[in-house]
Amino acid sequence: MNGLLDGYDKRHFFCELMDCTSHDPAVQLIASRLAAMDPAELQRRAKIAEVELFNQGITFTVYSDKDAIDRILPFDLIPRVLTAREWDGLERGVRQRVAALNAFIWDVYHDQHILNDGVVPRHLVLANSNYRPEMAGLDVPHGTYVHVCGVDIIRDETGQFLVLEDNARTPSGVSYVIENRNMMRRIFPDLMDGIAVKPVGTYGMMLQAALAEIAPADAADPQVVLLSPGIYNSAYFEHIFLAREMGVPLVEGSDLVVENHCVYMRTTAGLAPVHSIYRRLNDDFLDPDVFRPDSTLGVRGLIESWRRGRVAIANAVGTGVADDKAIYAYMPRIIRYYLGQDAILPNVETHICGEAEGLAYTLDHLEHLVVKPVGESGGYGLIIGPHATRDEIDAFRVQLRADPANYISQPMINLSVSPTLAGHGLMPRHVDLRPFAITGRKTWVLPGGLTRVALREGSLVVNSSQGGGSKDTWVLE
Amino acid sequence: MNACPDPEASVRRQPLLLSRYAEALFWLARYMERVENLARVLDVTDTFVRHGVDQSGWRSVIQINADEERFSALYGRANAETVARFYLAERENPNSILSSLFAARENARTLRPLIPIEMWNQINVFYNRVRQFSKEDCVPSRVSGLCVYLKEQCQTHAGIIDGTFYRDQGWAFYCIGKYVERGDQTSRLVDIKYHTLLPSPEDVGSALDVSQWHALLRAASGFQAYRRINPSHMTPASVAGFLLLNDSFPRSVTRCVRQIEIYLGQLSSGYGLRGAHAAQEQLDELRAALMDQSIQQILSRGLHEFLDWVQLQFIGLQDAIAQSFWRRPEQSQQQSQSGGP
Repeated sequence: MNGLLDGYDKRHFFCELMDCTSHDPAVQLIASRLAAMDPAELQRRAKIAEVELFNQGITFTVYSDKDAIDRILPFDLIPRVLTAREWDGLERGVRQRVAALNAFIWDVYHDQHILNDGVVPRHLVLANSNYRPEMAGLDVPHGTYVHVCGVDIIRDETGQFLVLEDNARTPSGVSYVIENRNMMRRIFPDLMDGIAVKPVGTYGMMLQAALAEIAPADAADPQVVLLSPGIYNSAYFEHIFLAREMGVPLVEGSDLVVENHCVYMRTTAGLAPVHSIYRRLNDDFLDPDVFRPDSTLGVRGLIESWRRGRVAIANAVGTGVADDKAIYAYMPRIIRYYLGQDAILPNVETHICGEAEGLAYTLDHLEHLVVKPVGESGGYGLIIGPHATRDEIDAFRVQLRADPANYISQPMINLSVSPTLAGHGLMPRHVDLRPFAITGRKTWVLPGGLTRVALREGSLVVNSSQGGGSKDTWVLE
Repeated sequence: MNACPDPEASVRRQPLLLSRYAEALFWLARYMERVENLARVLDVTDTFVRHGVDQSGWRSVIQINADEERFSALYGRANAETVARFYLAERENPNSILSSLFAARENARTLRPLIPIEMWNQINVFYNRVRQFSKEDCVPSRVSGLCVYLKEQCQTHAGIIDGTFYRDQGWAFYCIGKYVERGDQTSRLVDIKYHTLLPSPEDVGSALDVSQWHALLRAASGFQAYRRINPSHMTPASVAGFLLLNDSFPRSVTRCVRQIEIYLGQLSSGYGLRGAHAAQEQLDELRAALMDQSIQQILSRGLHEFLDWVQLQFIGLQDAIAQSFWRRPEQSQQQSQSGGP
């Protein structure tokens, strides 16, 4: 091979492209097509992509006093490729994970066998701020709590996939999966030409179907809606996208009203019943009668209506108890407990600082570990030991000692890399993967998922708030 | 488990439209129409002031929009440059093209789950271009070019929506918004211009006089049509009559009212929306006043008083629509009524 990938040095990391060329001819073809590209041409296409994303409003919006500025999530036009075999394992692993999460949440809000059997420490669940006592004893259709699940997966130097985090509340990013594919078809058709890549366009239909499946049984033609916090939310584009793809109204809290425990939306023809709500609003804001009384984004009476089975809510309330970083550490045991299986996708080794042993280990090995606060997301508040200065580590040690229960630690995983356009060439940049699973009666996994890429050289943080971008993810047939 | 009661089920026709979407469609149409009208007025004013035939021009643009106070606070003296900037690019002016486009885009953003993607894209790109209008862009030598661009973009919007928008009740709300704005704008234009242009004894029949009426017709894009039906004369009364009462001229007040009538009719009989009745009643009075009077009768009873009344009728109509379809008791948010008193 020669050309654009000549000087490409993946170093000791696993490369999503170059380390897969030997066992898949399609990957090899993609690599050789990339190698033959003219860097100026790639730059030109990248520029077009950027302008299109901006013009199409595939953006998040920053509001100031009198203006609204749109920003795009940077898009890298070099795809991340997964072979059929790799995907098979990922898909089975994600299904297993979702099944275990749902079984766990059901149990936690019913008989609590797993706590009684001492598999998961009782206090981790019951004292968790995301545990919702209101949910106790409530039966949800098909036993499904986590209707939409996003599992964050990384890959170490050996190419082993590892789960980094479960997102069981309102995971976002799926709109980019589909829009990235649309973009690739327009600006890079020659790269995909003749290569069979699993399609991603059915997500909206699958989501609509799952939401209809969980609607009250007596609703003949269930009215599904997407409940959004509104245009000021940073994920508003995704809400628009999903409402559009599902063909359902995007409603805000003020569009809904509860009368006699039934949920209605305000239409030009008066109040019309709503049967199933895909909410993109945190538990706290859903219903001022039950949660935050100051919430203006929610709907008064919604939770009671839900408890009475008059309306379905996805994801269910109280799922946050399962995607907590402390519970995460127990996931392999949770999977074994409910499913009698080993985890198909292993966890990253995790030390719980709330436990004496975990804290001692973490304090002793701080310079080799990544330490994360359990309640945060978006890559905030964590320290990457091997990249931190002596002073930063010392300061963090104080912080950790003050509130150990707030932290977990993990060894630093050298995330896999993927060739990424940087300047005039292709450079290795670290990536992760977030597959999305939809569950009504059964679980369906969108082929691929969101590949996030840390665009800064050497960075391991892929979050968009920290200089991350995204790539199209190809699952080969 | 008992099904939730649904009293409206038998009369309701699919697809449903959220009240909030109906409101946003109505306003999106109003703001886009406002941009186009203002661009026409600015363009024509620019042309005629530059040729020295309409010295009152820039000041009357301010009058049409009832912006005297705001303008003098921000800019002081009215001249080609300050007025153009005030109406093209001034964020502090809620009636500027920039502000209207901003409001149009925010309404479109609300509507993105509903409207065709192309429609959003065009408004988005359009706004982002206008956002970049600088002080230097608003100098007299460039105003006409900018206005041509603005009109073209508004017409592109009209073409996209005509070619791609699904014809359900949302379309009717959009069209009602468009014709309410257009009718209102034409009535304002006639109101202000007619009185500024009424000939003083020494001007009668002069070249100056005729040019000003040309300008008025051109501002409403009615010059050619007017000439076709009045090849032999041009009098203030016939120009006012044409702009207010002509049934076939797409920007006349009568034509707009008839269109509103058609779309309200669709809402009530086509979509079974009982809420349209109050607006239909409100509109009946306005339609009767336009149908039953000649321009001579209107002039003899007082054009200004009549047009004031017309504008109040439009406000009343909009109120009736808002009341029936989207206003809630606790709701206070109001979008900007064009201009003035």
